[in-house]
Amino acid sequence: MTDFSLSLLDPMMPEIFLAVSALALLILGVFHGDKASPQIGWLCAIAVGAALAFLLQQGSWERVEILNGMFVMDQFAGITKLLILGGLFTSIVLSIRFVEEEQMARFEYPVLMLLAGLGMMLMVSAHNLLALYMGLELQSLALYVLASIRRDNVKSSEAGLKYFVLGAISSGMLLFGASLVYGYTGSVDFGVIGNSLAQEISVGALIGMTFILAGLAFKISAVPFHMWTPDVYEGAPTSVTAFFAMVPKLAAIALLIRLLFEAFPSAIEQWGQIIWILSALSMAVGAFAALIQDNIKRLLAYSSIGNMGFALVGVAAANVEGLASVIVYMLIYMIMTAGTFAIVLSMRRGGQALEKISDLSGLSRTQPAMAYAMAIMMFSMSGIPPLAGFFGKFLVFKAAVGAGLYGLAVFGVLCSVVAAYYYIRIIKVMFFDEPVEKFDCAPFARRAVLAVSVFFIVAFIFFPSPVVDISSDAVSVFFNG
Amino acid sequence: MLDNILSLQIFLPLIGVLAILCLPKASDCTARWIALGTSLVVFAISVIMMMNYEDGVSSMQFVEKEVWFPALGLTYHLGVDGISVYFVLLSTFLTPICLISAWHAVDKRVKEYMVAFLVLETFMIGTFCALDSILFYVFFEGVLIPMYIIIGVWGGKDRVYAAFKFFLYTLLGSVLMLVAFMVLYYQTGTTDMLKMVDNSLPLNWQIWLWLAFFASFAVKMPMWPVHTWLPDAHVQAPTAGSVILAGVLLKMGGYGFLRFSLPILPDASAYFADMVFWLSIVAIVYTALVALVQEDMKKLIAYSSVSHMGFVTLGIFSGTQQGVDGAMFQMLSHGIISAALFLCVGVVYDRLHTRDIARYGGLVKNMPKYATVFMVLMLGSVGLPGTSGFVGEFLVLLGAFQADTIIATFATTGVVFGAAYMLVLYRKVIFGEQKNADAAAMPDLTKTEYGYLVPLALLVILFGVAPSLVMKNISPSVTSLLQIYQPNEVSPTNYAKADVKKGAAND
Repeated sequence: MTDFSLSLLDPMMPEIFLAVSALALLILGVFHGDKASPQIGWLCAIAVGAALAFLLQQGSWERVEILNGMFVMDQFAGITKLLILGGLFTSIVLSIRFVEEEQMARFEYPVLMLLAGLGMMLMVSAHNLLALYMGLELQSLALYVLASIRRDNVKSSEAGLKYFVLGAISSGMLLFGASLVYGYTGSVDFGVIGNSLAQEISVGALIGMTFILAGLAFKISAVPFHMWTPDVYEGAPTSVTAFFAMVPKLAAIALLIRLLFEAFPSAIEQWGQIIWILSALSMAVGAFAALIQDNIKRLLAYSSIGNMGFALVGVAAANVEGLASVIVYMLIYMIMTAGTFAIVLSMRRGGQALEKISDLSGLSRTQPAMAYAMAIMMFSMSGIPPLAGFFGKFLVFKAAVGAGLYGLAVFGVLCSVVAAYYYIRIIKVMFFDEPVEKFDCAPFARRAVLAVSVFFIVAFIFFPSPVVDISSDAVSVFFNG
Repeated sequence: MLDNILSLQIFLPLIGVLAILCLPKASDCTARWIALGTSLVVFAISVIMMMNYEDGVSSMQFVEKEVWFPALGLTYHLGVDGISVYFVLLSTFLTPICLISAWHAVDKRVKEYMVAFLVLETFMIGTFCALDSILFYVFFEGVLIPMYIIIGVWGGKDRVYAAFKFFLYTLLGSVLMLVAFMVLYYQTGTTDMLKMVDNSLPLNWQIWLWLAFFASFAVKMPMWPVHTWLPDAHVQAPTAGSVILAGVLLKMGGYGFLRFSLPILPDASAYFADMVFWLSIVAIVYTALVALVQEDMKKLIAYSSVSHMGFVTLGIFSGTQQGVDGAMFQMLSHGIISAALFLCVGVVYDRLHTRDIARYGGLVKNMPKYATVFMVLMLGSVGLPGTSGFVGEFLVLLGAFQADTIIATFATTGVVFGAAYMLVLYRKVIFGEQKNADAAAMPDLTKTEYGYLVPLALLVILFGVAPSLVMKNISPSVTSLLQIYQPNEVSPTNYAKADVKKGAAND
C-alpha cells in the first residue's frame, strides 16, 4: 500500500469525525469551563448524530479492509456501530440533566463518553490484535475515568479504582494471550491467524486464545470474571451506570464474535466449551445473586450479568441464527435498559437521588404512567410474552436448540424463571405495596427515552421480522468465507 | 366480518383498554361502562360466530392465516374447531359477568382493574384460537401478566405470596414447553400446530417432549402434586379473579393436552397414560378428601376444582371417544359451575367479608333465592343427573372403564366424595341454625346478582338435559383427534364387556 489517498479512509469517516469532534469539544470546554457543560453535552449528542449520519451515508457497508487490514468495515460492524451510536446518544441525552441535578457537571463528562464510544467503534472494526487492544484500551480508560468522575464521593472513587485495577489485570491477560497467539501463529492479523490455525491448532495458540477470552469475558462481565460489576454499577453515578449497562458490553460481545469467527473459527470445539461454561455460569449467578439485592443498581448489575449469559447462549450456538439472535438480543436488552435507567434516574425526592427498591413503593398510585412503564420493562426483562424481551430469549434459545445445545437451553430457561422472581418483585413493590411520597418531576429527555423504549418493547411483536433479517444479513459475513 | 371474526374478538378488548387509558379524566364509572360495553360486544361477536359455525364439521373454521415472522416461519394462524370454539365462548361469556360482579365489590383502582380484565380476555381468547405454537405460547404465557396484577392488587391478606406462587409455578412449567416447541420446530420444520401432527418422532424423543408439555399443562390444570398454587391463588384472588381462574385458565391445561400431547406425541401419550391415570385418581380421591375438611369456602371449591380436573385428565388419556368427549364436557361444565360457585361465595363475602364456613348458617331463612341458586350449582358440582356435571363425569367414567377398569372403579368413588363435601358445605352454610346475627341479617340477592347467577344456573340445567347442544360439535373434532391418537387398543386390565363403538356419543 504505497499510494495513499484520503479517500481510502472513507470507511472510517464516522470514527474520524468522532475523534475530531471530541478533541474540538474538549478545547471548547477548556475555554468555557464547567458552566458550559450542558451545551457541550448537547453538542456531543449532535456529534454522535452526525457520526450516525456518516455511518448511514456509507450505505451498504460492503466489506473493505483498510490500513493494512487493521480496520475492517462490513455489515456486521455497520450494524453494531449503529447500535453503539444509538446507545451512546441515548446515554448522553439521559445524563445531561442528571449531572446538573447531582452537581457533578463537568465538561469532560460527555467528551469522555464520546471517546469511549470511539473506542468501541474501533473495537468492532478491529481486524488485528493490536487494533483490538487499542480500541479496547481507549474505551476502558475513558470508562475508568467516568466511573470515578465524582472525585469527592468515596463510592464513586472506589468504583473507579476497582474497575481500573481489575480492568488492568484483564488487559494484562489479554495482552499475554495476544502475545502467545502471535508467537505461535506468527501474525496479529485475524485472517492470518485463522489460516494458520486452520492448518494446525497448536496448544500454545489455544492457551493464548483462552487468555484473550478471559480478558474479554471481563469486559462483558461474564462469570467468573464478573466481580467488578456490582460494585462499579452501584458506585458509579447512575447516568454512568446507565451508559455501562447499555453500550460497552454490546461492543465487547461484537468484538468477541468477530475474534472468534475470524481468528479462531477452526478452534470452535475448544472455545465452544469455554463459551458454554461462561454462559451457564453467568445465567446462574445473574439469577441467584440478584435475589437478595435491595439496591436497584446492584440488582441491575446482576441482571446484566445474567443477560450477558443469555446473549452468550447465542454465541455458543455458533451459527447464523445464533449470532443474529445475539445482535437482536443485545438490541432489545439495550432498549429495555435505556427505559429502565430512565426511570432509575428519575428516582429523586427533594433533589436527592434514591437507589433502594423500596423507594419505588406504591409507585402505581403516585405516578401510574411511570409504574406501568417500569412494569412493562420488568415483565419484558423476565421474558414474558408478548413483550420484546421474550423474543430476545426465544431467539437465542431457539438457536441453541437448533445447534443441539439442549442442556444449555433447558438450563437457561430455568435460570430465567429464577430471574423472573426479582423482576416481578420490583413490580410487586410498585403495585402491591403502600405508596410513599411522589418522585420529583422527570425532565422531558428521560420521559421521551422511556416512551420510545416502551413503544418498542410493546410493538416489537407486530414487526419482529426486519430486525431479525437485518441481523441475519449482518452476521452472514462470518459464514460466507 | 366473518373472515376476521377471531381477530376481532381477540383485539376488540384492547381497543377498550386504549379507550380507558386515553381518557385520563374518565371517572371510575365511565371506565366500568367502557369495559362492560366492550366485553358485551365481544360476547355478541362470539355468539354471531357460534351461529355461523358449521355444525358437525371436525376441521378448523374461521381460519385466518397471515405472515407474522417470516424470518422464523411463524404465522399468525387462527382457527377454531369443536374443541376450542366453546372455550372461546366461555371466555367471552364469563368476562362480562366478572366485570358486573365487581361493579361494587371493587372500588379502588377501578380503571386498572378494568384494563387488567380486558387484557386478560384478549389473551384467553387468543390462547384458544391460536394455531401456531409460538402464537399460542405468547397468549398462553401473556395471561400471567394481568393475572399476577389481579391477584396481587385486589387480592386478600396473603395476596403477594399467592401472586408470586401462581406466577413462578406457571412460568416454570411453561418455559419447558417453550423449549419443547423449539425442538419440535427443528424436528418438523414448522411451528404450525396442525402440521406438527405429521411427524415421525421416535418414542424416546416423544417422551422428553411429552414431559416438557406435561410440566406446563399439569401445572396449569392443575394435577396433583403440582396443584398447590391453586388453593392459594383462589383464596387470595378477588372473586372475579377466581371466576376466571377456575372458569377459563384451568381449561388451558386440558386444552393443551388435547391440542399438543395427544395428536403430536401420540406414542408418548400412550406410554404415559397409566401414570396420568394414577395421578388423576390421586387427584380425584385425595383432593376430594382434603376438600372435606376445609373451613374456608373458597379453598373448598378450589380443592373440588382439582378433583374435578382429575376427571378431565382421566378422560383425555383414556383415549376413547366417550372419555375425551366427557373430558371436554366436564371442562365446559366445570367452567360454568365453578365460576358460578365462586360468584356465590363472592355474594356472601361482599356482605360479611369472611369466607369462613362456620360464620354462616341458616341462610335459607333470610336468603331463599340465594339458597335456590346455590342448590342448583351445588347439585351440578355433585354431578346429579339432570345437571351438566353428571354428563361429563358419566362419560369420563364410561371412557375410563373401557381403558382401565380398576382405575375407573377408583374414580367412581370420587363422585361419592364429591357429593359428600358439597353437601356438607351446603348444609353448613344454607341450612342449620342461624348462629350469627350479622349473617342472619344479610339481604337476599340483589337484582344484579340475580341477573348473572340465574343464567349460569339455567345453563347448568340446560346442558344437563340437552348435552347434544354442544356435543354435536365436540364429538366430530374429538373423533378426528382420536384417529391420530391410537392408544393400545385393548388394555389387559379392561374387563368391560360392552365395547362401545367410537362415535356412539354422536347419536
